Amino acid sequence: MSSPHSTGKPRPEFRNIHVTQILQYRLPPPGMVSIMHRISGALMFLALPLLLWLFDLSLTSELSFARLVEFASGWFAKLILLVLIWAFLHHLVAGIRYLLLDLHLGVERAAARTSALAVYWISLPLTVLAGLRLFGVL
Amino acid sequence: MSSPMTPSDNGYRRIVVGAHKGVGAFALQRLTAIVLAAFVVVLILRTLSGGLAGYDAWAGLFVPLWMKIVSLIALFALFYHAWIGVRDIWMDYVKPTWIRVTLHTLTVLWLLFCAVWSVQILWRV
Repeated sequence: MSSPHSTGKPRPEFRNIHVTQILQYRLPPPGMVSIMHRISGALMFLALPLLLWLFDLSLTSELSFARLVEFASGWFAKLILLVLIWAFLHHLVAGIRYLLLDLHLGVERAAARTSALAVYWISLPLTVLAGLRLFGVL
Repeated sequence: MSSPMTPSDNGYRRIVVGAHKGVGAFALQRLTAIVLAAFVVVLILRTLSGGLAGYDAWAGLFVPLWMKIVSLIALFALFYHAWIGVRDIWMDYVKPTWIRVTLHTLTVLWLLFCAVWSVQILWRV
């Protein structure tokens, strides 16, 4: 962390951040996990009709199950599923981190930073693994 | 925050403990999260352990009454969890009251629709 008196180039100041400034704003890892938690949750909410429809197809009959398999074999459907798998894994792992924070575990700055990075180290490899499985590499 | 409070300030006499402003939602968001995490992780581990390929094995999982009930409780937990999260998003970003209230209403109606739909899905197996 640089002190307010450091001689580097002046750091930008943000008051009420505007939408157009969002990309310039360097969010620390815990903040990044937080906004990703919200985005992943919103994504899954928007995908609810798709997911329930797929669940319906999987259970109704052998015929509908076959339709589901056919639908899920297209690359575009697989891409959408992979995004949703990422959203789920991030939301789950980050959610467990929040439950631990609620219990006052790891609330210090350094610990919170480490656990925020751990969320990525767990959820992203699992997403890659699921992706490899989904696209038939594994 | 720094200005001194006067008796006419809103909330000067408010008893913060027991006001229940969002405490119930906060608690239920955590409770539903735990229910969901437990259900989904068990379901994923069961699926990965094999033997569930094909329609018969997969659908057979949801045939027993207890599994239908447990699944439905998990889905209701999901819809309630989603309601709190989406409600928070609308509250944070949508300032005009009538738009926000409309979005809240549509969200509730949509989640109720999903809840009834999931009963139909589960009880048809």
